[in-house]
Amino acid sequence: MVATSNNISLQNYREVTPPGTIDLLYKLAERLKGRSILHVNSTKVGGGVAEMLHRFIPLFTEVGIKVSWQILQGSPLFYQTTKSFHNALQGQQQTVTPEMYEEYLKVNKKNSSEMSFDSDVVVIHDPQPAALIAKKQKKSKWLWRCHIDISKPQRKVWNFLREYIAGYDGAIFSLPSFAQKLSLPQFLVYPSIDPLSDKNRDLTGEEVRSVIEKYGIPADKPMILQVSRFDRFKDPVGVIEAYRMVKKYNDCCLVLAGGGATDDPESVLVLDAVKEASLRDKDIFILDLPPDSNIIINALQRAAKVVLQKSTREGFGLTVAEAMWKGKPVIGGAAGGIIVQIIYGETGFTVNSVEGCAYRIRYLLNNPEHFAQMGQKAKEYTRRNFLITRHLCDYLALMLKMLGI
Amino acid sequence: MYEFSFMGCIEIKELLGKKADDEMQLLEFIEEVPADSIYYHTHSCFLRHYYIAGTYTNDFANWVAIQVRDRVLGEKLASVTPSGNKNIDDVRFELIDIIDRHISSIETVPSVSYGQPFFFMQSEIIEIPTGITANNLAEFKNALEIVDASAIYNHIFEAKLRDNRGRSDFAIWIEEVLNMKELAEKIEVIDSYMYSLEGLRKRLLDICSGRI
Repeated sequence: MVATSNNISLQNYREVTPPGTIDLLYKLAERLKGRSILHVNSTKVGGGVAEMLHRFIPLFTEVGIKVSWQILQGSPLFYQTTKSFHNALQGQQQTVTPEMYEEYLKVNKKNSSEMSFDSDVVVIHDPQPAALIAKKQKKSKWLWRCHIDISKPQRKVWNFLREYIAGYDGAIFSLPSFAQKLSLPQFLVYPSIDPLSDKNRDLTGEEVRSVIEKYGIPADKPMILQVSRFDRFKDPVGVIEAYRMVKKYNDCCLVLAGGGATDDPESVLVLDAVKEASLRDKDIFILDLPPDSNIIINALQRAAKVVLQKSTREGFGLTVAEAMWKGKPVIGGAAGGIIVQIIYGETGFTVNSVEGCAYRIRYLLNNPEHFAQMGQKAKEYTRRNFLITRHLCDYLALMLKMLGI
Repeated sequence: MYEFSFMGCIEIKELLGKKADDEMQLLEFIEEVPADSIYYHTHSCFLRHYYIAGTYTNDFANWVAIQVRDRVLGEKLASVTPSGNKNIDDVRFELIDIIDRHISSIETVPSVSYGQPFFFMQSEIIEIPTGITANNLAEFKNALEIVDASAIYNHIFEAKLRDNRGRSDFAIWIEEVLNMKELAEKIEVIDSYMYSLEGLRKRLLDICSGRI
């Protein structure tokens, strides 16, 4: 059983959620009094799912739900296999050998004999523990929560997994396009950000200034920012091209902040390409940040004048909601969850080309009143739709539905 | 005399695994999907956009206008909103009729070239008591100012259509309990599809305060 520590109480969220939200959560949870939920995933630290569960678990407890969290324990071959599954489900060609399938099932079987599933609702996160379904007891309801984009999976791997998914009582996806042909109910639950985490909490002017000074970013020029891994689908080179088009008309600086270049060979290549594209421009700042740079990212998003997420392919793209929460309209590629978060002309602009991106940057730089209105709407839209309290609410509602209460 | 209990709501969204890439497929799926799906795509945007009214308050119209880039059909579909005694199946038939006539009048069926397909969904509403009640008009106004906006959605849209009460819960209570028929009528004739939930809250408060 995983222990979580989080000093933030649900009461603290009253200050940042719409009026009535927290009371509604308690009222909803009252109907689930005495019921229990178990979350199972494959890692305690690192990755968005573990981060989310660390913050989620105490909130379930606080509203009176018995909650537990267990971690699947695997072997090196198992993790190699599930990494291949992950890539294959996201559409990359992968070779998965019979030994790898065997190892996947062996690890799931071993874990299932060591874990207790004595909860009313069991939520299995992602493909790694999906085969635990073999231990499902009739009285409990099992949900498979898929956090990744499986809209175009490699068929062989998906067909293998689907046999296990078919045993669940329901599946949860982050976007409608991720849904599959399955004979079980498929629910839509958007991911969320935590407004009180280091990445999103309010910062003092001094905290923001110190980050800007630390990286030598000029405070007297409007900052264009993109926060994302150095991945070709985030199109960082396209961002630099758009910046150069803008620079002809508006003096500004560009910050590309990301990470992931240390252990991913492709990221290294992308980072090299970005560095090459930015040569000799003292107003381009490339920050290769370690994974725990939450306050730095928060400060950059608050200091930025225009925030971009110019992805050509995207999962959900929560960096959009993060920036919107800080009152910034976002210019994003029309991909994945970005189109759910950006309402064109209201909370930002979706764009389909470098030229379109440059045009909208120029527009936002030169229309401060509209910028402010859009920023306000972006914040309110995020408050209603993409905060952790709404996410918790969705889970409680699904518990009610699955248990027929 | 019964008090008015404000009930908020939460929406569970279910994916149907059906997607349309052109207007003909849209038509075919509108014919076969459950009524809850038609309801979701013509009403749920209010719960998504408390403060902002989108291009249209109808997902079909938005998709056709923005993703397919067929503004003519988009405008026609946007005009379909329930009124009077219309139920969800009436809305379905009207949508089918409009798309059918539109497709028949053009040579090529418009489809998505660069945009996203239309993904069919349906929803289920879970009611939650807010704990806020009213026994008279003054209390009703005070409650309206603070109640979660989902309660406004629930008592207007859900009550009229999915719960088949034909009128909003607000109008029913004001007429039956407060015996204020004229006020109930003013509330009933609000063109609620033209407001966001916060806009509706303001409109209701204006009417109850006699400002309108």
